[in-house]
Amino acid sequence: MFAFIVQRLFQAIIVMLVVGFVSFSLFQFVGDPINNMVGQDATEEQRQLLRERLGVDKPFPIQFANWVGNILQGEFGLSYRMGVPVDDVIADRLPATLELVFISAILALVVGVPMGVYTGLNRNAWLSRVFLTVSLVGISLPTFVIGILLILIFGVWLGWLPTFGRGGAEAIVDLGWWTTGFLTLDGWRSIIMPATTLALFQLTLIMRLVRAEMLEVMRTDYIKFARARGLSNRAVNFGHALKNTLVPVITIMGLQIGSLLAFSIITETVFQWPGMGLLILQAIQFVDIPVMSSYLVLIALFFVLINLIVDLLYFAVDPRLRAEHVGGAAH
Amino acid sequence: MMRLRESLVAALVFAAATAVSAQAVDAKTFRYATTGDILGLDPHANNEGPTNAMKSNIYGRLVHRKPDLSLEPDLAVSWEKVDDTTWRFKLREGVTFHNGNPFNADDVLFSHKRQTQETADMSFALNTVKEIKKVDDFTIEIITNGPDPILLLNMPNFYIMDKEWVEANNAFEVVRAHGSTNFANVNANGTGPFKLVEWVQDTRIVLEPFDKHWNQGKMESNVSKAVFTPIANDATRVAALLSGEIDLMYPVPLQDIKRLEQDPNTEAMEGPELRTIFLGFDQWRDDSLDNKGEKNPFLDVRVRKAFYQAIDIESIKRVVMRGAATPTGLMIAPGINGFQEDMNERFPYDPDAAKALLAEAGYGEGFKVTFDCPNDRYVNDEEICTAIIPMLERIGIKVTPNFQTKSLHFNKIGLAEGNDTSFYMLGWTPGSYDALNPLMQLMSTGEAGHGDWNSGRYANPKVMELTQKIKTEMDEEKRNGLIREAFQIHKDEVGHIPLHQQALAWGVRGDTVKSVWQRPFNDVDLRYVVMK
Amino acid sequence: MAQNIDTAEIVPSFGARIVDSLRRFFDGDVFYSFKRSPVTIVAFVITMVLFLAALLAPWLAPYDTLDVKTLNLMDAYRPPVWEAGGDPRFLLGTDDQGRDLLSAIMFGLQISLGVGFASIILAAFVGTFLGLLSGYVGGRLESVIMRVADIQLTFPAILIALLIDGIVGSVLPRGAAEELKLYVLVLAIALSQWVNFARTVRGSTLVEKNKEYVQAARVIGIHPALIMLRHVLPNVMGPVLVIATLSLAIAIITEATLSFLGVGVPITRPSLGTLIRIGQQYLFSGEWWMTIFPSLALVVLVLAVNLLGDWLRDALNPKLR
Repeated sequence: MFAFIVQRLFQAIIVMLVVGFVSFSLFQFVGDPINNMVGQDATEEQRQLLRERLGVDKPFPIQFANWVGNILQGEFGLSYRMGVPVDDVIADRLPATLELVFISAILALVVGVPMGVYTGLNRNAWLSRVFLTVSLVGISLPTFVIGILLILIFGVWLGWLPTFGRGGAEAIVDLGWWTTGFLTLDGWRSIIMPATTLALFQLTLIMRLVRAEMLEVMRTDYIKFARARGLSNRAVNFGHALKNTLVPVITIMGLQIGSLLAFSIITETVFQWPGMGLLILQAIQFVDIPVMSSYLVLIALFFVLINLIVDLLYFAVDPRLRAEHVGGAAH
Repeated sequence: MMRLRESLVAALVFAAATAVSAQAVDAKTFRYATTGDILGLDPHANNEGPTNAMKSNIYGRLVHRKPDLSLEPDLAVSWEKVDDTTWRFKLREGVTFHNGNPFNADDVLFSHKRQTQETADMSFALNTVKEIKKVDDFTIEIITNGPDPILLLNMPNFYIMDKEWVEANNAFEVVRAHGSTNFANVNANGTGPFKLVEWVQDTRIVLEPFDKHWNQGKMESNVSKAVFTPIANDATRVAALLSGEIDLMYPVPLQDIKRLEQDPNTEAMEGPELRTIFLGFDQWRDDSLDNKGEKNPFLDVRVRKAFYQAIDIESIKRVVMRGAATPTGLMIAPGINGFQEDMNERFPYDPDAAKALLAEAGYGEGFKVTFDCPNDRYVNDEEICTAIIPMLERIGIKVTPNFQTKSLHFNKIGLAEGNDTSFYMLGWTPGSYDALNPLMQLMSTGEAGHGDWNSGRYANPKVMELTQKIKTEMDEEKRNGLIREAFQIHKDEVGHIPLHQQALAWGVRGDTVKSVWQRPFNDVDLRYVVMK
Repeated sequence: MAQNIDTAEIVPSFGARIVDSLRRFFDGDVFYSFKRSPVTIVAFVITMVLFLAALLAPWLAPYDTLDVKTLNLMDAYRPPVWEAGGDPRFLLGTDDQGRDLLSAIMFGLQISLGVGFASIILAAFVGTFLGLLSGYVGGRLESVIMRVADIQLTFPAILIALLIDGIVGSVLPRGAAEELKLYVLVLAIALSQWVNFARTVRGSTLVEKNKEYVQAARVIGIHPALIMLRHVLPNVMGPVLVIATLSLAIAIITEATLSFLGVGVPITRPSLGTLIRIGQQYLFSGEWWMTIFPSLALVVLVLAVNLLGDWLRDALNPKLR
């Protein structure tokens, strides 16, 4: 087990390096940051001077080596746009995005799993069809349209919920290392629409997945025996059947947390949610290379950790995998 | 000129009697939004619209530009020309910075040094200034390199900082993008009517009135707190205004102007902007970029004119811009010093004449061209370009559009990639509000400070020569004559195709905002915001 | 469905299986279940209608909206025929450039479906193959593939598209890049989707390969490739189909999202997503038809395809029969 984790961590470092390299080269193509930083009246000499200061006139390998060297010292560089350390910028934005993703994931699970179980058990009930169909309509529109529709309905027409942001200055409580909107009513009101928009897709996916797995599991002998043993429906459905659907649900949820992070780019733009998604989009527009690269490295770190957790959960949930894999990791 | 004044007057919004806002916010809190956050608070570092607007609320200048573009005293109470190269400014006494430090001539001298550093983007405003001399604590003399007829016009771009404050925080060096974080870029200490309370990047900037401002009590504004929020997405920004979460926002997407006007609580304010949108051609390559092995068609003035006459600017105005544009025949807008009312006429829209011109030039069969266009810079830029494509196709040109975000677009057409374009869109506002600036930057080449955005490298020796003369000609009438001559040549040669000045469109809550002045440089000057 | 046929061409035994299912399909249970499910029949009919509308757009559409010469700005913003101010020439109204919306939707369907199918086939093929391989073979190969997948996942489709778009734009000659935009999109979307297939297939393979029937097959000396294709693959096809149906929707929507960021298809050849992207700017201003009709087309399409996928999945799953 320990060896397995060490091996995974080692792999993680390699992944991070590769991601760093790819992301850094990616941004060679995004454009010249200089144009976004100087006004129209700047002379070519001023532009060149700035290029030299930023080091973007140096050959690519040198730029990358500098960057990795700095990161190893905990230096993520300075945002081109802001001139403040990237780690500060990201630390400022991380709470907003993580809270959004967290609420979305919870929403997707809490609504998606029971709906999946219900539709799986009551395959032909009309309510099942309604669930399946309505959820599909919800994901048949691009995120940005759904977000704008929600804003139009709940923000403008009904006036129930704020149309943008995390709430005003009072809504966000600063705990020093973390800013949270969970402690105020305004903060909660603000998160409802973006979290719903973001969760909609995952919710549908989980519901369909759980339903599919339930359908399969319910046919197995294992469940038939459980029933034959006289266990209650409840015990069979939730204790045995649902538990068996968990492997794919865990896989997908693990994957989807990453995808939630990625899709938050659009959601955050639509709702002006001051998180990492908004940051990265603005960074792309400004060609803020240090911010973009660090963002991707950070996202990669998340993924690697989530994958690690998913792998570990596999062992916990499905004992069949345990014996072989631990042995497999030893050689 | 009349037109401009009318729209300025029209821009003063007197809100209709409306229901009381449901929200329990302080009525004197003014919340406003635009597309993006400021680039930084350092007044000398960046030269960008929203950033400059914010700096002007916080920092004082010697001279302030009023909403009607005329100049008024700010930190200087009076000025006079001593000789062709010397101006004397009398400074205001008893002014303090937000931190309580007194203002005097040393701050002006210091700010000049700071703003003219090579890294300072605002240095353009002072590039004709040789030195600033202190006569006494409240008198200074500005010495220019040569005669500079437009020095005063640049003075509203000269931001005065507190010498002691900058030195105490070790922030003399204008730092953009590299090196250690600059204190002055995230903090502020000016003499302006508003002081910074907090800046949460991409989320909000909070300002409060400065109670010791020299003009305290006489300012139009009655705002007790101003909150600036960037909201990037157009629809969200409109929604925030409609729902009453903000009091003012700009720009309003043109299609939503009607919606705001129909809503009893919101108003749309429109007015012309000083930016001119235009198209340019590659006029320096011998060979065509898009047609391998063929001659560059744009070297022929008839081809350029054919493009010009193929464009139905009135349709673009009516449909794409929904009326919110002023078609133009000149590269500068009304209100810019040197604007020639009688020369503003466009070549008529005439596709048949355009076809004939093409045939005459030997391109009866048309040719291929790539059209470089930004998609996030100007009002409906992508839509304008898209609308132009069929117009050109109809005279036989095969257009491949190349829409890109502004950073890529500017890179491609700019000097960074060797003006890699044969046909492009660009927009320009002269930072000095004077015709010299576009003459230097857009219509001449070859010399430092010239032609940085002359992406098609339009070059005419006579225009260059006139530009040099305009730089130092002190006699206003003579100078105007030179400008006319240069503009006429440029127009006859179809150096560019000027399209229009886009309109400013602001959305305002009528139930909370009593009046606000809309200035043609598309910024909110908090001095003129009056709440109900 | 399409990826099954592809695989069938390569692997006869699996193909035979499909042929077998198809025969069973018409003979008995499956076709019976199709006939018995009115929802599925409706979904099938709608899907076919939309496919045909897309395929036959050049002949059926009232206007050739791809020919920009014919666009007239003066026709812009016309409401649908039945609204005040409607123009009988334009049944569903026109968009901001004067395109006939009905024609634009038909051509848009063509482009969206093309991009969607192409990218999902590519993604499913690559993903399933790598997933099977890593799940079954395990060891170092598995680590490598799964780590590549991790890296891949780090890059949202948006960033992948920017990357490819940038490379294509700077490497290829002028003009050519514009022509290749569609392929760039397909590649970008496929690249962002294959991991879902690979991960899920691997997960299922890990479970399957420990089952007795696989062990038994291994013991009697059947070639591993054959075991994978013949025994493991059919059993992981269920999840693949679910993912493929959902992915088709994702692909189409991703394309729309990318056009939101300016990386999508050229605006002179709008896809369904591009039409929606343009239309949504007019939601507040009352020109609702510019969003509603393309959105409706998209929703109906995705819904029908998904319902078909659902049914297909249940019908082809031997365990549920």
